[in-house]
Amino acid sequence: MIFVVVGTQMPFDRLIHAVDAWAREVGRDDVFAQIGKGKPPSYIGHERTLTVERFNECMQQSSLIIAHAGMGTILNALQWDKEIIVMPRRHSLGEHQNDHQFATARKLVDFAAIPVAMDENELQQMLRRPDNPHASRSGLLPFMRNLLGEEAGRSGSSISPHASDELIEALSDFINR
Amino acid sequence: MQLLRLRPAFEGHDVTYCTVSRSYQHDVPDHRLMVVNDADKSNKFGILVLLVRTFIVLLRVRPDVIVSTGAAPGCLAVRLGKLFGARSAWIDSIANVDEVSFSCRLVKGHADLYLTQWQQLAGRDGLEYRGNVL
Repeated sequence: MIFVVVGTQMPFDRLIHAVDAWAREVGRDDVFAQIGKGKPPSYIGHERTLTVERFNECMQQSSLIIAHAGMGTILNALQWDKEIIVMPRRHSLGEHQNDHQFATARKLVDFAAIPVAMDENELQQMLRRPDNPHASRSGLLPFMRNLLGEEAGRSGSSISPHASDELIEALSDFINR
Repeated sequence: MQLLRLRPAFEGHDVTYCTVSRSYQHDVPDHRLMVVNDADKSNKFGILVLLVRTFIVLLRVRPDVIVSTGAAPGCLAVRLGKLFGARSAWIDSIANVDEVSFSCRLVKGHADLYLTQWQQLAGRDGLEYRGNVL
C-alpha cells in the first residue's frame, strides 16, 4: 500500500492530484490518501481526516509514504520505519502560511538522502522511474543526524521514541525548577 | 508528534494534553486530553474561538507549567497562561529551519524557557539551542 498524507490545515491539491493521475496511469489500486480540505481525487481511495488509530493502521500497512514536507509526518514515517517521498507546500499557491516547508525540503535535497519532489511534475517523474528511488531509512537517518550536527547520534537502525537526551534534560530541569 | 517525543520530561507529574483532535487520546490513554479548535492567523474568527476555548482549558486545568512546540494554540496557551501564573516552555517546531515561526516571535519575552531546535537559529530573538526532538 502507498499512503498519501497532507495534514489537515490547508488543501494540497497539487500533490493529491499528481499521485491520483499517476495511480490511474499505472493502475495502482492500493493507494490511499488523507486529503484534508482539498478537492477529492477521482481514482485513489481517500478520506479528509483520519483518527490516530486509522492513521497508524495506514502507516503500518504501507511500504511507501508520499507526504507534504511536514515534520510531524516525516517524524511519524521515521518512527514507523517507512520510506517517504516529500513535496513542500508553497505559500504563493495558498498552500501554507509561509514557505518554511520549502526550507525544510531544501535541506533535505542538500544532503540528498531523502527524496524530495519540489513540485508535482518532479513527483510524477520520481514515481514513474522504474527504480522508484525512495530513500531507504539507512540513508535517511544518517542524513537527519548530519543535518543536526549530531555526529555520534544514536546507534541502531530505528529512530528512538524520544527527543534527544539534551532536550529532555533541559525541559525536565525547567519543569522541576 | 513532537510533544509526544518529550514525554520522559513529564514523568512524575500530573499531565494534561491539549490538542486539536479528540482522537489523540489514543496516544496518551492514561492522561487527560482537552481539545481546542485549530486555527491560524488567516482565520480571525477561528483565533477568537481558540482564545475563548484555550481560556476555558486553562481555567479548568490551572497548570503550573505549559509546554508547547508551536503554532497558534500553543502560542495562545503560553500568552494566556501568564494570567494564571503558569511558567512556560516554548520549543519552536523542528520544521522551522531558516527562520522562526510567527507564533514563536509572539511568545518572545513571555515564555520562560525559549528554545529553537536548530543550532543556527540560537541567539536569534534570545532563543537558545538545547537539543531537538530527534
